[in-house]
Amino acid sequence: MTTSPATSGTAIDTLVTVDDVSLSFGSVRALVDVSLHLKRGEITALVGDNGAGKSTLVRCISGIHRPDAGTISLDGREVHFRNPEEAREAGIETVHQNLALVEDLTVWQNLFLNRELVHRFGPFALLDRRGMQRKAQEMVAGLAVNVPAVKSRVRRLSGGQRQAVAICRAAGFSSKLVIMDEPTAALGVQETARVEELILRLRDEGHAVLLISHNFAQVMRLSNHVWVMRAGRCVGGRRTAETTGEEIVALITGAKSA
Amino acid sequence: MTTTATVAAKRDTEPFSHRLKDVGFWAEWAALVGLVLLVIVFGIADPTFLSSGNIQSMLVAAAILTILAVGQTFVIATGGIDLSVASIMTFAAVVFGQTFAAGWPLAACMLAAVVAGLLIGAINGAVIAKGKITDFIVTLGALSFASGAALVLSDGKPVTVINAFLLRLSAGGVGILGWSAIIAAVVAVIAHVVLFRTRFGTHVLATGGSSEAATATGISTARVKIAVYVISGTLAGLGAILLIARVGAAEPASNTSFLLNSVAAVVLGGVSLMGGRATITGPVIGALLLTALTNGLTLLGVSQFYQPVAVGIVVVLAAFLTRFQR
Ligand SMILES: Nc1ncnc2c1ncn2[C@@H]1O[C@H](COP(=O)(O)OP(=O)(O)O)[C@@H](O)[C@H]1O
Ligand SMILES: [Mg+2]
Repeated sequence: MTTSPATSGTAIDTLVTVDDVSLSFGSVRALVDVSLHLKRGEITALVGDNGAGKSTLVRCISGIHRPDAGTISLDGREVHFRNPEEAREAGIETVHQNLALVEDLTVWQNLFLNRELVHRFGPFALLDRRGMQRKAQEMVAGLAVNVPAVKSRVRRLSGGQRQAVAICRAAGFSSKLVIMDEPTAALGVQETARVEELILRLRDEGHAVLLISHNFAQVMRLSNHVWVMRAGRCVGGRRTAETTGEEIVALITGAKSA
Repeated sequence: MTTTATVAAKRDTEPFSHRLKDVGFWAEWAALVGLVLLVIVFGIADPTFLSSGNIQSMLVAAAILTILAVGQTFVIATGGIDLSVASIMTFAAVVFGQTFAAGWPLAACMLAAVVAGLLIGAINGAVIAKGKITDFIVTLGALSFASGAALVLSDGKPVTVINAFLLRLSAGGVGILGWSAIIAAVVAVIAHVVLFRTRFGTHVLATGGSSEAATATGISTARVKIAVYVISGTLAGLGAILLIARVGAAEPASNTSFLLNSVAAVVLGGVSLMGGRATITGPVIGALLLTALTNGLTLLGVSQFYQPVAVGIVVVLAAFLTRFQR
């Protein structure tokens, strides 16, 4: 493998590049010229205070919001997602902060939501319920978290079980990038540990992961790279191995500038 | 042998007797229990209630309400409500009457009625989904608009519709089942399949359960919203045809009791007004219950004025029970 030094490191490993992205909600400038990139096979962490714009940036990448300015590239190509469907089709799956599971539907229905398997009969298509239930069982069986029968409604699941189902859904469907917005914020210690195992396994299976977290220990434990946001701006990035929790905190609060 | 049998029987009855003490169990089956109770009470009070002639006429009478309730179920499953169903039915009936008076062939008149319902439903859905205005307000506007348009279009006068086919539709049938009852049953079966066996049905329930979660998976909740109002409007158009067949005329007079009863049937059927949880069987049983209630009261010679009173009480009782649903 001989690559020219100019392209190695960026063009080849880089999966997503966010370039000068800005977005305002009325007078609130939620994102201001944000630029960052994340690599294949890595867990990239995104940290920052409440209201720094992390979730908004995630929503831009996953097709819920469209930036006012700037570009997002996937695999070196500019993408302009008009809705979450297009982002999912491109291989970007998101576990949203508010979980994004439908409580009144069952586990298998949630796992296959808008990705339902069907039997075709001419112009008609009926759900392949058996097939989905079987595959859902397989998807869930590999989880470190013990999820009850796939036929049970999500309403009956604990926080950790729900998070596991949401991650399971994001990991399926051959996604290139799995975005997780504070996946352990609402979980207990043991559940957090289990979900962290899941996150590491995602990376080992070759998914790129964008992890938003308030938990510095977790970020230092899991991530390969850290980006820091403050007041709508991306104020710096570090390789996790080359930084410390103190430095990250200083960047977040603005005590230190990049 | 006998011991194992009793053990098995015990095992079966034990949890069941437990379930009988569980309010949630009754909440889920409120409509069915209510229907059975009504049938027993009315059947004892007046033997003609269970005569095949009366059952036949009850099923025919329940047909229109069933069809409207099925449409209403789809809307309520998304967390909305269609207050305009009855007015759309009136408007569609008037469209039928006017085209019939203008000498259109019957098939074209029927098509016109259904399309009229579909169009108003589509407008409802589009304004709600794209204009982001509350379902309640938009369909309240449509209620007024459609009943007014019916009066304008017909100049306030009914049109007599006499036609051999419609006569057969209202009077004929197979055995105890009149044609309109059969049509309603077919509509209910198709609706059940659509709601539980198609992607669209899942998306309807997802939209009602959490429109945010549905959107995040790429479901276009706007399209789902429009579709359920189109279904409701189209079924109101179908209801108009059955109404004309039964009455023998297209009347611009409003059918307000159908509005209340369609919502009532859905609530009786245990469908959550918050959206996300629905069945088709429940509202169908609800429609049968409401029809049996009015029919039985009429047979017993209770003044018509008391019927809305009874319906009101039953509906609020049912809504109260749904609080205990699991
Ligand atoms: N849909 C929205 N409408 C208006 N303001 C919003 C919206 N979403 C986020 N904001 C604002 O944008 C800023 C960034 O929010 P967010 O991205 O949720 O921050 P974080 O996830 O980093 O805590 C906040 O000031 C928030 O109030
Ligand atoms: Mg956030």
